[in-house]
Amino acid sequence: MAYDKFTVLKSTAVPLPIENVDTDQIIPARFLKATERKGFGDNLFRDWRYNPDNSPKEHFVLNNPIYQGKILVGGKNFGSGSSREHAAWAVYDYGFRCVVSSFFADIFRNNCLNVGVLPVQVSAAFLQRIFEAIEKDPGAELEVNLPEQTITLLPTGDKESFDINGYKKQNMLNGFDDIDYLLNMKEEIKSFAGDTPL
Amino acid sequence: MSKTLFDKVWDSHVVRKIDNGPDVLFIDRHLVHEVTSPVAFLGLKNRGIPVLYPERTFATADHNTPTRNQHLPVQDPLSANQLRALENNASEHGIPYWGLGHEKNGIVHVIGPENGITVPGATIVCGDSHTSTHGAFGAIAFGIGTSEVEMVLATQCIMQPKPKRMRININGSLNEAVTPKDVALYIISRLTTSGATGYFVEYAGEVFRNMSMEGRMTVCNLSIEMGARGGMMSPDEKTFEYVRGREFAPSGADWDSAMAYWKTLYSDADAVFDKEINFNGADIEPMITYGTNPGMGVGISRSIPKAESMEGGVATYRKSLEYMNFAEGEAMIGKQVDFVFLGSCTNGRIEDFRAFAKIVKGRKKADNVTAWLVPGSHKVEAAIREEGILDVLREAGFELREPGCSACLAMNDDKIPAGKYAVSTSNRNFEGRQGPGARTLLASPLVAAAAAVTGKVTDPRELLEPELA
Repeated sequence: MAYDKFTVLKSTAVPLPIENVDTDQIIPARFLKATERKGFGDNLFRDWRYNPDNSPKEHFVLNNPIYQGKILVGGKNFGSGSSREHAAWAVYDYGFRCVVSSFFADIFRNNCLNVGVLPVQVSAAFLQRIFEAIEKDPGAELEVNLPEQTITLLPTGDKESFDINGYKKQNMLNGFDDIDYLLNMKEEIKSFAGDTPL
Repeated sequence: MSKTLFDKVWDSHVVRKIDNGPDVLFIDRHLVHEVTSPVAFLGLKNRGIPVLYPERTFATADHNTPTRNQHLPVQDPLSANQLRALENNASEHGIPYWGLGHEKNGIVHVIGPENGITVPGATIVCGDSHTSTHGAFGAIAFGIGTSEVEMVLATQCIMQPKPKRMRININGSLNEAVTPKDVALYIISRLTTSGATGYFVEYAGEVFRNMSMEGRMTVCNLSIEMGARGGMMSPDEKTFEYVRGREFAPSGADWDSAMAYWKTLYSDADAVFDKEINFNGADIEPMITYGTNPGMGVGISRSIPKAESMEGGVATYRKSLEYMNFAEGEAMIGKQVDFVFLGSCTNGRIEDFRAFAKIVKGRKKADNVTAWLVPGSHKVEAAIREEGILDVLREAGFELREPGCSACLAMNDDKIPAGKYAVSTSNRNFEGRQGPGARTLLASPLVAAAAAVTGKVTDPRELLEPELA
């Protein structure tokens, strides 16, 4: 599915300084019953965000209006567990375009790249500085520059570069997805399949 | 050049290598279920393209299905709608579909091997992270997202950077009551829940050689819980015997040529791994988890570690214990148990029911325990009856439910109530995984059975008859 192009994103960020945030927390299984990709943002972090009676939990960061922005900053090993792409959809649908952490689980990172959310892996020390800056001033902005592959903590000017493979980078910059690429090499695939037993 | 098992299978499936990008990987066999496929089929519809090789995809209903009264219409309208969507999509695209009540229906990672869909040397994917299960046969098998499900349907390929290689060697012999589940929980507790992220794992050594195919599936199944893309084992005579004669496995001349290939599937003696880890089988005891990720496990006779002794954030660790309402330093033995869940793609196969029955035989279910025993498939269910296990279970006060993922992820009505403790043979103890507020203790079928008859966390070694020499 096509998504908006990603070039440079300047935004405040929402901090979630918890480690091993698994995709069951990002979106619990009971919200996976849809047959269309719609409305998953409403249930992003459902059980951390709402009480069983659906009233908001006032201490959860998404319910605190001083924290806003298109960047979600999470603790180490973000997105572990289930392969549900619904987790990445929920992050995107809520309005985040970028997730920053010091370490990502594999499948979640891949799913993010496939749906237009940029996963930015930074050093543990840089992650700590981001959390500290936001704690000091929730209005602190980050700049994520995909062409340059850098992330800058604007109040301090702290900057770090991040990795992304060249192919995925071009996809994100242009809003392309992998299926377009694969469909263009269908003949090559068919000839490969011809030699491959079922 | 010498190669690892993983390299041999991966490299032979690369259609194209992209510079500074992923490999285009050909997928031999694709499994789909109702939850992660509808948006992928919708994608095909929006693009107006067909499924390229429908004969390479197999569909079943398992995640979002009731485990009672499967002959009746599904009550939850959203679940019913999702199941209908899969049935319609499969029928429209000519994909075999084994829905509720079908004799081949069951959990996707149980029915793949059962029906010979899973074979050595194949690439197998499914929109489910426990697809790593199939690695037990020497296949490269891993979970994918829905965008990738759409790619496989449309082109039979996905695009993935090649993971690094890790080998985990365990030699020595296992102690009494130590099952494949304990071996896996032990590895994860040592490596942590992210210790193998970025790697594809090969399990090697006599501990794995000595395991049955079911046991190997349990180990490979849990690879994802330490972050690995997947895990695999070199196929051997046990593997070939298991596969031989199954419906979708090669037969006749195809079998012979397949065998010739399968026998080349091992890591060459001088193959190099990016990381190699050794454990001793004798160090492992029956395991149980105390926290909210599968890496938070200890030997059942141990106590809950102190926060200071843990790698990583103390705050996250304490939050986890707070959720469980456990305290640092407490013993695991004797902890209250309200529910017992036997089942899932981790431990829902016939051997798991045999193990459970071994302990409950001649005993009675504890009054304070609600037990959900859910076979992984109709074929497992049939074997439970045929082997007389059902009679043993019934005499001890247990009943059997119908196949499905059930309380492992609690998408259906099988939800552990908030605040209750469940000893579960499944794979994840995440917050709310088994129901909002539910508290999960992951363990083997033996530990689950011991909890079911005593009503508390109990060392299964106390309940097993001494083996005759």
